[in-house]
Amino acid sequence: MSADNLDPNIRDGVIHPEVRPPDDESERDQDGRRLRHAEGASKPVRAPAVREPQPRGAKIRGNRPVDQAEAAERFLAAPLHQAAHDERLWDLRKKRDVAAHGIPEWEELRDLASEIKTHTLSHLDRYLEQFEAAAKANGVHVHWAADGAEHNRIVLDILRRHEAKTLVKSKSMLTEECGFRHFMGAEGIEIIETDLGERIQQLDNEEPSHVVAPAVHKTRLDVAAVFAKTLGTDPDNDDAHYLAERQRETTRPYILNADAGMTGCNFAIAETGSVVTCTNEGNADLSGNVPPLQIHSIGIEKIIPKVEHLGVFIRLLSRSALGSPITQYTSHFRGPRKGTEMHYVLVDNGRSARLGMEEFWTSLKCIRCGACMNTCPVYRRSGGLSYGATYAGPIGLIIDPTFNKRKYSTLPFSSTMNGSCTNVCPVKINIHEQIFAWRKVLVEEHQIPVLKQGMMKAAGAMLSRPAAYRAAIGAADSALKVLPRFAVYNSLNTWGRKREMPDAPRQSFHAWYKENRMKGGKA
Amino acid sequence: MRVGLFVPCYVDAFEPEVGIATLELLERLGCTVEYPFDQTCCGQPMANTGCHAEAAATEALFVENFSGFDYVVAPSGSCVHHVRTHLTAIPQTDEVKKVRANTFELVEFLHDVLKVEELPWAEFPHKVAYHGNCNALRGIGHARPSEIVKPFFSKPLDLLRLVKGVEIVDIARPDECCGFGGTFSVFEPAVSAKMGYDKVADQNRAGAAYVVSADSSCMMHQKGCAERLGLPLRYIHIAQVLNGATA
Repeated sequence: MSADNLDPNIRDGVIHPEVRPPDDESERDQDGRRLRHAEGASKPVRAPAVREPQPRGAKIRGNRPVDQAEAAERFLAAPLHQAAHDERLWDLRKKRDVAAHGIPEWEELRDLASEIKTHTLSHLDRYLEQFEAAAKANGVHVHWAADGAEHNRIVLDILRRHEAKTLVKSKSMLTEECGFRHFMGAEGIEIIETDLGERIQQLDNEEPSHVVAPAVHKTRLDVAAVFAKTLGTDPDNDDAHYLAERQRETTRPYILNADAGMTGCNFAIAETGSVVTCTNEGNADLSGNVPPLQIHSIGIEKIIPKVEHLGVFIRLLSRSALGSPITQYTSHFRGPRKGTEMHYVLVDNGRSARLGMEEFWTSLKCIRCGACMNTCPVYRRSGGLSYGATYAGPIGLIIDPTFNKRKYSTLPFSSTMNGSCTNVCPVKINIHEQIFAWRKVLVEEHQIPVLKQGMMKAAGAMLSRPAAYRAAIGAADSALKVLPRFAVYNSLNTWGRKREMPDAPRQSFHAWYKENRMKGGKA
Repeated sequence: MRVGLFVPCYVDAFEPEVGIATLELLERLGCTVEYPFDQTCCGQPMANTGCHAEAAATEALFVENFSGFDYVVAPSGSCVHHVRTHLTAIPQTDEVKKVRANTFELVEFLHDVLKVEELPWAEFPHKVAYHGNCNALRGIGHARPSEIVKPFFSKPLDLLRLVKGVEIVDIARPDECCGFGGTFSVFEPAVSAKMGYDKVADQNRAGAAYVVSADSSCMMHQKGCAERLGLPLRYIHIAQVLNGATA
């Protein structure tokens, strides 16, 4: 069967046709063709106009382990949200495939990117010092923060010295790590997110659920409700253009009048001392270039040695994230504009410690493209907020426990270890193998439930003793009696709640072999 | 060629026909097949849950049972993936290393070692959706996964092409995990079942009458999901199809 004859839904990988609008509403070029860049090429997803309450994320109870499974179950109980979420992210995965398969040297690019990161992380001290020296020579003030709290204090000091009361910022996962917005709110500084998705999340008082698409778990109706409450929009108008325009118009005055601006950092180039951000909205440029004081928060792992290395990552980043060749804006910040001040805050926040972890240090190669989330079948069915952590999805499973082993001890188990994440990772982090390795570490450090480990101990005891194993399943019909407990080493029958049990065979293979292949039926 | 047959625990208990078909097929193709009688499991359920100490005795028993063979063959990608990649809870003696290196999954053994080019007895006149188990697909390299930019190949589809009458149907998301994931299926039942429901609905929408796979564990999960949804799909292991099962 050729691809042209296939049902278009099958060709596009759609499994929830109910969230596909009857007409293709995607953006068109003047000649009528679908736009091939960024969100323009996305398949339209529109849940039927039924008001289904937005499922919320994991319940956080201090330092207790996050119950991702419980939050995921609530997400699944909102089928329209789940279907729209799955189709939106799967569409990104499909677009990523098209973009990647359009580059014959794609796998070599991944190798190269991974090796550049290996080299840089292996000489991080040297490149950080080179970056600092170059930045100072460009007239940038450079600060070092050991953790999130120090980052926040440093930024607050800078703002206080300038008597700054308002700060506009572009999206930054690092500042999410630092709890920056909450800290500044308590200090009386007004923070305004300028990325559309991040702004939606800020107005809804929710964390981002995805590193690239912070509000991807929300439907248009959810956004219309949030904007109606916070920006005074028409609650019955869920047109994406209308909503985006209202966000734009209400955010512009903040940008024009802000005392300070902040961006994160996609790449920090050691030889030039410059910071590079990649956005589709241009909001990092507005945040960095309009206010008289600009601050860039930089995770120390973002360093690359030279400008010539940047091209490798730029070719991979947006193709992996959205399936577009490049983000609309790739912005280089190098030095302060005349009459303004420019600051870098280089933040460790656990990164040096992670660099020393033999099995897990390569997670520092991550360029935050979100491809592993888009492809992850568990993430697409759970929603990013179910992880209850700054980083959701596959990359989150291996990074979050480095921040707090107890609180995030459950996360590496929220995976089938199918390996798709590893295959899409543009810097070739062996994500699913690190998930496997984390499970071992967490068991050794007694961070998994006693019941679970007890079950594994019992299973291991049975499976290592042929007589005990045979006694459990040996007789012709006893497999049914111990089913499904045997199959899953579990007494709670969570198998049968959702699935039919397997039929009991007349006899096991072992019994068949004895009866048919052994003389006298004896071993 | 002396081949040790490993029949994984869930195949032994729930899908004995898969073990029988594997044994008969290998014999038809000229192998001398022995079935070590004290075999149980490879240790995967414990190790995948992080419990390596709890897996050690089972892994040691596996090696004890299967040392001395030219090849060890099992009709399960996930067990072979465990043996080859993760059987590390016991000291890596030469004997252990040899068993690990000699252990093959059935499809790759037929395709790469025996280099099977015809199966004159095989006929399966049905519409078939092939399910590539993740450990077989990405773990041991059964086929080129859709994420990777390299020329397409598929060992199981190569073998199914030797079977008269098989019509392969395309599903929307051929490489998507079905949600079994070993103990994941009981510790995260809601997500696991939803992934399974989506998978079987996809197979059904594509018009498949049968789903064929090289792994019984995923199919046990998918069959349970399809029955719960009332879908008329049937599940059969590739060993049975290649051995001449007609339905």
